[in-house]
Amino acid sequence: MSTDAQAIHHESFIVNLGPQHPATHGVLRIKLTMDGEYILDAEPIIGYGHRMHEKMGENRAYAKFLPNTGRMDYVAALFNGHGYVCAVERLAGLTVPERAEYIRVITCELNRVASHLLWLGAFLVDLGGFTPLLYCFDDREKILDLLESVTGARLTFCYFRFGGVCNDIDDTFVNGTRDFVKLLRSRMPLYHDFVSTNIIFRKRCEGIGLLSADTCRRYGATGPVLRGSGVAYDVRKQEPYSIYPKLDFKIPVYPECDCMARYRVRVDEIVESLRIIEQALDQLPAGPVMAPKVPKILKPAKGDCYFNVESARGSFGIRIVSDGSENAYRLKLRSPCFSNMSLFQEASRGMLLADALALLGSLDLVIPDMDR
Amino acid sequence: MPDNDWKTRLVACAARDAAQQPLVTETPHATKGSVLEVTVPAADVVAAARILDNAVFLIEAVTGVDWLAEQQMELVYDFVQMQTGERVTLRARVPREKPELPTISAVYPGANWHERETHDFFGIVFSGHPNLTPLLLPEDARFHPLRKDFAP
Repeated sequence: MSTDAQAIHHESFIVNLGPQHPATHGVLRIKLTMDGEYILDAEPIIGYGHRMHEKMGENRAYAKFLPNTGRMDYVAALFNGHGYVCAVERLAGLTVPERAEYIRVITCELNRVASHLLWLGAFLVDLGGFTPLLYCFDDREKILDLLESVTGARLTFCYFRFGGVCNDIDDTFVNGTRDFVKLLRSRMPLYHDFVSTNIIFRKRCEGIGLLSADTCRRYGATGPVLRGSGVAYDVRKQEPYSIYPKLDFKIPVYPECDCMARYRVRVDEIVESLRIIEQALDQLPAGPVMAPKVPKILKPAKGDCYFNVESARGSFGIRIVSDGSENAYRLKLRSPCFSNMSLFQEASRGMLLADALALLGSLDLVIPDMDR
Repeated sequence: MPDNDWKTRLVACAARDAAQQPLVTETPHATKGSVLEVTVPAADVVAAARILDNAVFLIEAVTGVDWLAEQQMELVYDFVQMQTGERVTLRARVPREKPELPTISAVYPGANWHERETHDFFGIVFSGHPNLTPLLLPEDARFHPLRKDFAP
């Protein structure tokens, strides 16, 4: 708080941000205790979108939970499905054909690009710039067309199966994806011209919303939020899964800890994802996309396991405890947004409300993922 | 300086079985997803969390499992080391009729929400928690849906 604001002490007052507010991107409510324009305390009140997915995971067979995975983080739905099928495969000891692993990575990375593009557009709307959103949606639409042609859905994907994927990709998809990679690469300078050098954007982001690496660690914030604080933690590198060890890609890290750093991480990640997609398409092997003889009703052996994937928002984890029956005994969903949001109360203390909204936007929240 | 001796300290903290052996399992990452599983007495979770905090571990999640047949509730804490990717799972068991253990939110502030969520779902009480009110469930919820004997 500035010394001026402390000197002229006014009565504090309470403002409800949300549950219906454009800056919260969903039904999130933040109870703000304000001193003028400055935040004394910001208490997030969550759970408006809570559907108890964990209970649903316990009272139905493993395969029947697959559609649920697309309905948590619906902006990057494939990652949840990826985490879930990998956890069950680990528990049941299933191996996945190599072609299916490649297809999973290609579609997941397309989904990551789509998610980051949507975030970019929405974040700039939060900061008052409307035009880039239209360009982002234009590019994202092309990804959704590609994914629709192979998964059958545009948003709530349910594409992965235990032991593979449900539908093989064809030449139309491969060529379309190659064309898209070239197109988006040619568009990146345009985004940089639009956004990165814009003086209003820079003033709203540089030095705003500082999150130290230690704060992120103690709150469990992962993904671009952590990498924007100078920590090179990415599940794809630290605990490689699927075919990621065979691919050459970098983890963008910026040490500035501000909104600008998180913006740069995500924009660089789009470029790296394009590289991953291109390499995976080059290496794509022929063969089946489903493991043979996967039982219709899975009954994994007793035990438990944990599996993490790097979703567009951070580390998405699933813990499954099996008692040997056809339903999971316990299914825990570790959503990245939940942990990323939990640091907001501490981080926003003493900030200007307008700056706190920039911080909120830079966390890239998807409320149904947080509330599950 | 990060504490590199955390493994020894954590093993010293672990609960003992009938033969006085510490309840520690080194697990293959490829099959279980973690490298070390340590069961600690419920009263010692704070000490164990402090060891991991000194060794620069990131908190992943806190959750529970209801073992109805054994009349116990299990607490599962997941941590990951950001540089090495090592995973540690802490486990603690509390009796089902009085599920209570100390909060680790003073060590890891991120545990605050995870513990509130676990309280919502299982009715486990985290003593010393600053604000143990419903987080995801409605504010007047008096039920714990992930208990195995829960009937809507």
